[in-house]
Amino acid sequence: MQFGIFGVGDIAPDPATGTPRTEAERIQDTIRVAQAADDLGLDVFAFGEHHNPPFVASAPPVLLGYLAAATTNILLSTSVTLITTNDPVRIAEEYAFLQHVARGRMDLMLGRGNTVPVYPWFGQDIRQGVPLALEHYNLLHRLWREDVVDWEGTFRTPLQGFTATPRPLDGVPPFVWHGAIRTPEIAEQAAYYGNGYFANHLLAPNFHFKPLVDFYRQRFAHYGHGTPEQAIVGLGGQAFIAKRSQDAYDRFRPYFESYPMFRGTSLEQIARDTPLSVGSPQEVIDKTMTFREGFGDYQRQLWAMDIGTLPVGPALEQVELLATEVVPVLRREMAARRAPGVPDAPTHAALVRAAYGDAEPRRARPRPNSGDNTSGPLPYLDSDPERPASLPRFA
Amino acid sequence: MSLGEAPYRLVAVSAGTGEPSTTRMLTDRAVQAVVARLRDSGRNTAAYVVELAPLAAEIGQSLVLGRPTPAVAEAIDRLAAADGLVVATPVYKAGISGLLKSFVDILDNDLLIATPVLLAATAGSARHAMVVDDQLRPLFAFLRALPAPTSLFAAPEDWGSSDLGERIGRAAGELAALMASGVGREIADGGWTAYQHSFGGRATRAERTGTDVDLDTDLMRLATGGAYAPAPSASTPPAPRPPGTEEKP
Repeated sequence: MQFGIFGVGDIAPDPATGTPRTEAERIQDTIRVAQAADDLGLDVFAFGEHHNPPFVASAPPVLLGYLAAATTNILLSTSVTLITTNDPVRIAEEYAFLQHVARGRMDLMLGRGNTVPVYPWFGQDIRQGVPLALEHYNLLHRLWREDVVDWEGTFRTPLQGFTATPRPLDGVPPFVWHGAIRTPEIAEQAAYYGNGYFANHLLAPNFHFKPLVDFYRQRFAHYGHGTPEQAIVGLGGQAFIAKRSQDAYDRFRPYFESYPMFRGTSLEQIARDTPLSVGSPQEVIDKTMTFREGFGDYQRQLWAMDIGTLPVGPALEQVELLATEVVPVLRREMAARRAPGVPDAPTHAALVRAAYGDAEPRRARPRPNSGDNTSGPLPYLDSDPERPASLPRFA
Repeated sequence: MSLGEAPYRLVAVSAGTGEPSTTRMLTDRAVQAVVARLRDSGRNTAAYVVELAPLAAEIGQSLVLGRPTPAVAEAIDRLAAADGLVVATPVYKAGISGLLKSFVDILDNDLLIATPVLLAATAGSARHAMVVDDQLRPLFAFLRALPAPTSLFAAPEDWGSSDLGERIGRAAGELAALMASGVGREIADGGWTAYQHSFGGRATRAERTGTDVDLDTDLMRLATGGAYAPAPSASTPPAPRPPGTEEKP
């Protein structure tokens, strides 16, 4: 099972000083937190995506590309990549590029986003959010699996003879998680393609997301990808840890109370009624184990630790406590309780093994420039001659 | 119908805050009258009053959180399961109580589809008499509930007039008739899919588990790799074309 952290680069005033970090500080702090998570042995760092202040999370592939070089083992992911307002062609290109840069040490999570004006800012209509997300993913899926794509849909200009470059590393597309908190159609799409399903598992009553997770599991099995128990499920969460329970509450309270999402609520109430874990390492462990009891064996647990109100010092302490006092126990306890046959979340190495066994993976070598800045109707040396590109004609 | 059948569930919502509250008094009188009418027609009724005042802080929190707190959720579930409702508000500053509006604001849009409802208001002056029809009735029209034709309104002088009792009887008769006819259930059962819903809602007919989900829809076909071909909507502008892709004549 994978354990990690996720964030959206939010900036909020430090309750001690009343001053928010600069964007420059927040970006560097995010990098430090990601590097600490890597040094301390966490499995996943996920980031993004918002397109307005007070967030610096507009360009996850840029940050993750830097982190690919600045970290060693940690898997880099997104939380989330907007499948609605990003052009799926750019997603295909940017994340395949990241996959090469990170040598496969990445995956991505797709979501619709929750900021209303981002749709019009990117020329889209929020009322079409769900069909937009579904159609865009259908295209993204093909762009990573077919060298030459002819496509026509409702929301994007048609494609004729298009090849997304670079081709995915080793011919194996990045693994995709679909994030959804209320939309069965998104869970259905995740199940149909055999992709992962992630519930952010924040700011909602305990086990609020269980019906959607169960639906995804049933449909995953319906489409023949395995049993419901073998479906690939990820959960979010949020935690604040101190050696002693009361210290956790005392220290977290100012950060909690100045956190805009929690205005008008009480820390005790949110910690009781929602997946937020506040307490000693053992209390955080106990609460996280209840997630498994409620949702079944799952593959990925991410916590929001590096929140906007928390200065980088305490954020680094939190990541250290999580990685040294909580996750090692959870790793052991989750593994001990895991039903036989439940898979891990796919890594690049596992996907390559599944696709090729002991055979040599694909090495995409383009044909030479045919003189018009394309490589012609069969763009790669191993392109399928049955499916040549029908390139647009130039006037 | 007989007294042996499952009792009707009548739920009243009172937004009164006084102790005693005239809004609660009007609520109780309306509830008693509806229960009596249904009993006369041969059916038992289980009545329950949801007082909003003790939930005031949690209603505010639920609004901010975007999801009901446990105590508010319990109240909402009572409304969802009701065969009929009495909704009563005091008039403050020439309008319905903000507490009631905040409570209604956190209900699912489809929670009360075709639920018969008796609307009632109290005020310090008869000059507020139209508040119930001008404000409560449109609110419950938005919710696609079935308001009884007669609304109740009580100013101070009405408590000394037998006319109020007569109006309560008339309105209670209307609500009882709507409940006994089963017309609300018939409307909701027959046309449920034609209203807007969201997964995991609190309405009794809401999709709550995977087995409730309708897989035979345009969106579900799109989710599984199909093309999206909904009926064209006049209100939806076409996606903008990137520069250089304008259609050539």
